[in-house]
Formats: sequence, C-alpha cells, structure tokens
Amino acid sequence: MSTPVTTIETSMLRIATAGSVDDGKSTLIGRLLYDSKAILADQLEQVQEASERRSGAGGLDLSLLTDGLRAEREQGITIDVAYRYFQTARRKFVLADTPGHVQYTRNMVTGASTADVAIILVDARHGVVEQTRRHTFIASLLGIPHLAVCVNKMDLVGYAEDVFDGIVREFCALARQLGVLDVQFFPISALQGDNVVDGSEAMAWYAGTPLLEHLETLSLADDPAGHDARFPVQWVIRDHDADYRGYAGTMAGGVLRPGDDVVVLPSGVRTRIAAVETFDGELDAAAAPMSVTLRLADNVDASRGDLIARAPSSDEIAPTVTRLVTADVCWMAEAPLRQGARLALKHTTASVRAVVDGLDDVVDISTLERVAAPEQLGLNDIGQVRLRVSRELAVDPYALNRTTGSFILIDEASNETVGAGMIR
Amino acid sequence: MSTQIDTPTLKLSHLRVLEAEAIHIMREVAAELEKPVLLFSGGKDSIVLLRLAEKAFRPGRFPFPLMHVDTGHNFPEVIEFRDRRVAELGERLIVASVQESIDKGRVQEESGPRASRNRLQTTTLLDAIEAHGFDAAFGGARRDEERARAKERIFSFRDDFGTWDPKRQRPELWSLYNGRVARGESVRVFPLSNWTELDVWQYIAEENLEVPNIYFAHEREVFKRDGMLYATSDHMELMDGEEPFTTSVRYRTVGDMSCTGAVASTAADLDTVVGEIAATRITERGETRADDRVTEAAMEDRKVAGYF
Repeated sequence: MSTPVTTIETSMLRIATAGSVDDGKSTLIGRLLYDSKAILADQLEQVQEASERRSGAGGLDLSLLTDGLRAEREQGITIDVAYRYFQTARRKFVLADTPGHVQYTRNMVTGASTADVAIILVDARHGVVEQTRRHTFIASLLGIPHLAVCVNKMDLVGYAEDVFDGIVREFCALARQLGVLDVQFFPISALQGDNVVDGSEAMAWYAGTPLLEHLETLSLADDPAGHDARFPVQWVIRDHDADYRGYAGTMAGGVLRPGDDVVVLPSGVRTRIAAVETFDGELDAAAAPMSVTLRLADNVDASRGDLIARAPSSDEIAPTVTRLVTADVCWMAEAPLRQGARLALKHTTASVRAVVDGLDDVVDISTLERVAAPEQLGLNDIGQVRLRVSRELAVDPYALNRTTGSFILIDEASNETVGAGMIR
Repeated sequence: MSTQIDTPTLKLSHLRVLEAEAIHIMREVAAELEKPVLLFSGGKDSIVLLRLAEKAFRPGRFPFPLMHVDTGHNFPEVIEFRDRRVAELGERLIVASVQESIDKGRVQEESGPRASRNRLQTTTLLDAIEAHGFDAAFGGARRDEERARAKERIFSFRDDFGTWDPKRQRPELWSLYNGRVARGESVRVFPLSNWTELDVWQYIAEENLEVPNIYFAHEREVFKRDGMLYATSDHMELMDGEEPFTTSVRYRTVGDMSCTGAVASTAADLDTVVGEIAATRITERGETRADDRVTEAAMEDRKVAGYF
C-alpha cells in the first residue's frame, strides 16, 4: 500500500452567519463583501436608492443587499437563507446568511448544514443572550467544526478589554457545555471596521488576527469528521458496447485507491477497487468531496443506495448496518411529529420508509436542557427520535461523518421536506 | 485536465470542489426524476453545464435531452455554435420556439422600439415542459447573478403553473436533495448555484471549452440606449436620436438580441476576458440586461411567473 492520505485541502470555505439586523450581522457581511470587492457599483447604487426610498437621504442599509425577497425588504427581517460569494487571493468563500429569529430555525439549519465555520455575533453591550445560546447550540448540533465568535459593537463599550474578556469567559462555559471543538474570539466593530478586514488601533490590547485573515488561513485539514472511506453509490454508468459498468458517486469521507479492499453495504459483499475513474482519466486516489466513478474487480451486485466502504481493519471504523436509527431531529413542518408517524427517509442516496417508534426528548431552546418523553415535536423543535426503517441502511454517527450520519424526512402526501436528522 | 494528486495531502482547487458538487447534483436528478431535460442556450453557463454532464455520465449517454427556448431573435453566431456543439456530443436537442407560440396565439408580440421577446419565453418554456412531460429542468442560473436568485434553492420546486413560491421553499440540507413531485409539478435544478461569473470563465479557460465568438471582442455596429450598447439588427427599431456606430465590443451574457447589451471591450481571448471579469466593478446583469432594470423586484416577479 502507498502512503495513506488522511487530509484534503481545498481553497473553498463555507461560512454560515446567523443573527438579525440588530446584531449588526448585515453590516458585518456588508463590510466583508465590500472590502473584498464582492459588492459591485451597480448593486451598491441599487441599495442606495432603496435605502433612501425607505429611510430618507443619507442612510445606506446594507441588509438590503442580502435580504433579496420583497417580503424581507418590507418587513426588515431575514426570512430565508441568502448565499453570497466573495474571494480573496487565498480563498473563495461561500457565505450562507441565515435568519436569527426562532421562528426561522429551520432556515438557519438549512444554511448551516454544510458550513465549515459559523460566525456567531454577540452584542458587546448585552453579552451572551438566549439567541447566542440557541445559535451556538444549532452550530454544535450540526457539527460545524469551527466557531468564530464576533463580539460586535465594541465601539459602544469604549473598546474595553474587560468587557470582551468577560464575554469570552461566559461563552467558553457555553462552548464546554456543548462540546464545541474550536472557538476563536474577535473584538470587532462592524460599523467602524475594527478587526473585520483590517486591525484596530482602538484595541491595541488585542493581539489576534482580524476576522477575515482568520477565515483565510483556517486549516480544514485536521477536522476529525469523515476520515474513514465512504462512497454512496449514486448512479451506475453503463456502456453496453464496451461492456462497461462503473459506480458513480461522491466521496463522503476518507480516501479510496485502486487495489483497496472494500465492502458493499448493506449486503456485506467484499471486492476490490479496480480503478478510480473520471471523465479526465484515471486517478490514483479519490477523497471527499470528489465526484468519481469506481470500477470494481468483481461482478458484484451494487446499485444506488448502497455504500462502498473500506473493508474493516484495525484503524478503520465500519459503518453500522441497521433498521433502527436514533437521531436528533429538527422538525420543520407546521403539523407536529408524533409517535407512529410514517414518513419517507432519504439517507445518502438511499430512499426508504420510516416509522417513528418513539420520541425520547426535546431540547428546551432557552435552557438547552433536554426534557424527556415529549408528546410531540413542533415546528422548529429539536429532539431525539427513534425510527424504524423499511430496509437496512449503512450509517455512521453524525459526529463521525456529516454525510453518512445525516438524513432528511419527507411527508409522502405533500412531498415536503419536514425534518432533518443527525444520527447519534 | 487531470486532477493533481499530491500526497499525503490532496489539494483540490475551489473550481474542482464546485465541479464535484455540480456533478453530484446532476446525477441526483438523473437518478430520482422520471424525465429531466437540460436547457442549453449556447451561452457560457449552459456550455459549462454540458461539460459537467459529460463528466457526470460519460462513457454513457446523457440520461436526458437538451432543449433550447429559441426566441427567434438570437444571435446567429450562437445558433450556429449551439447546433455544432450538440452534433459533437451526439445528444438530442429539442427547440421550443417563441415564434410558434406567437403564431398559435399563445402569446402576443410586444410592439414599439422597446419590444422584446424575453418575457414571452416563459410561456414557451412552460408549454414545452408540459407537452414533453418534463419533471425536471436543468438551468445554468447562478446565485451571484441577482438577489432573488441568491435566495433560491438548488432544487427549486415549481407547482403545476410553473410558479416559484419564495416563502415556501423546501429546506435543503447537506447534499440531500428532495426532488419529489406530483404529476404536473416540476423542479428547476441549478447545478451552478454556487458559481460566480468569474468561476465560470476560469472553468472555461481551465477546461479549454469553446464558446461562441461574440463573447470575444469584435467590431460591431451598435447604438446606445439607456447607457447600454445594443447591436443593430432587424429585431431592433431605432428611436429618435439613436445613431448607429461601429466599435469594438464583446458580450458578457448571451440572450435575446432585444434585451442583451454588449460591452465596450478589446478582450479577444480567454485570458484577457478572465482578467476583465476579475477587474469589473459592475455585475453582468446590471451591465447587459435591460429586463432586470424595470423594478427593484423584477427578477423575483418573473421567477414567480415561471421564468428561470
């Protein structure tokens, strides 16, 4: 075997921000976008005109840039996720700007599900409040590996170091409670620009980097999730003339190479990787998040919904093959989830039917305590649910793999996505 | 182009991450929807879509046909390119014609010097989707183009009227897409959602993809209207005071001749075009599309009505 590869570096970073206009979220995003040249002249002009129509001359409301829907501009709130893109010499950034209000928790979960880093905004005047706890909880639940806590409006507390230190201590206690892995703190003024893109003269006591530099240099290579080889079969490519059969899909963890012994799950059939192919030719390795085509050495039965994993060895954890799944579920429908409910469940490329065997607990979003044996999960509730599925799935705990550890629930009558699950 | 493997750390550029995401999306649609179609206009974004489809499905055939909504007012260079590219790929192209919709009385041609067939496309598109029974349509739209698009999901659910309801979008988590539709409903799917205009051009350069020559600087007879340069053609009526002149221009977007403006440019090859896009201070739609200038929510309104 050649040297095992366990890390992958990409030059793209996915960021999620949560908050409302009051936190200065839009101002912060506006500054990141404007200072990195991602807001262009005609967009700025459009925002300028709209700001003036709403609040008279002189005001520039940067939230109008991201609040792209008519209803959002009318109400002055963020309702749904907006995606923004900016680029520096070091990285491309995909920023999911999500709403902060509790009634839009499902939209926040949507935007944060793929994030590498979450920006949590704390108002320096108010410290850690209920919204901070909720956002941090959701970020930790979704397994976002890095948090950047921006203590904003430092200009309104006289740029005082002890205010910042107090909030850092308070937040660290919360992070420990939630088991958050990596937290960095930034004393900023989004309005004045301190420590966002440039440093701060007013806060000479702060020895760290500005936010943008941190985002540019944050290492994703050491993130613990997804080190074991996983490949959900997505599509079988056939070419009858050439007697060709390839298993197409997206690497969901680890690395696979030609010659690797693998197991097809849930059947458990073993085979070997004959080749890792792409349209551009054969590769000597594939890692997440590459989309590739695997050719297998034996003529085995594998199809969409199956998982190809490296054959279990001492240093590789095998997925669990099961019809019973316990997961934290974020419920996203108006009608509550109750025991006995029947739903469609999509896990990687597998679609099965599921029935709710039991509701173990629900999280009280203000105290973060888990309350046992709830009657139901209402809209935006998060709780632990036991599900039985119609056919075996090969799953991992969400904490180990965000792809093979997640699923969505779909209402079979309306076809709506009604829940998001993270396997325990 | 081959992906560089550099052990012990694999390095993947952001373009290759975007490429992998788009391939994943296209394969999901092929696997889960009954009858998809890929909208191919001959423009740069749909040219990238075709390359991504090759990467997703070769050596097999595409599991869907291609379709062009032809306004009849397209640039002849683009139509020529469209047909040549489809022939090279050996795939099937359906042409849905706005002219036919007009002839059948489904839509009424606008009149006057500002007449455009851009708005009429929506009816032709919806009719074609219904006639062929398509339940999914790939489009090359990107979220960086416009702020209503910045809000739209990758799988954008449309009801049986083709309507987008921005307040009732399906939550879209991880890479788990919900493409379930009832009869008559459909999804519009945007594999390039997370790409920017610069990403598209950099990808075209890296992949060495051919694009219609009107994307490069050329001498053309144009006239100025509302601060934009329009090509003189049989489809455009001049208004008082509009004087045609010849200058070096290129197109940043390729759409209907009646609403797509050119930009003054001397960028004659891919490298200089990429440099020009990287340095621009104006968005592509702001610089070249009259249809987005009508109101603050022009795009949102058109999308609600079934437009891409």
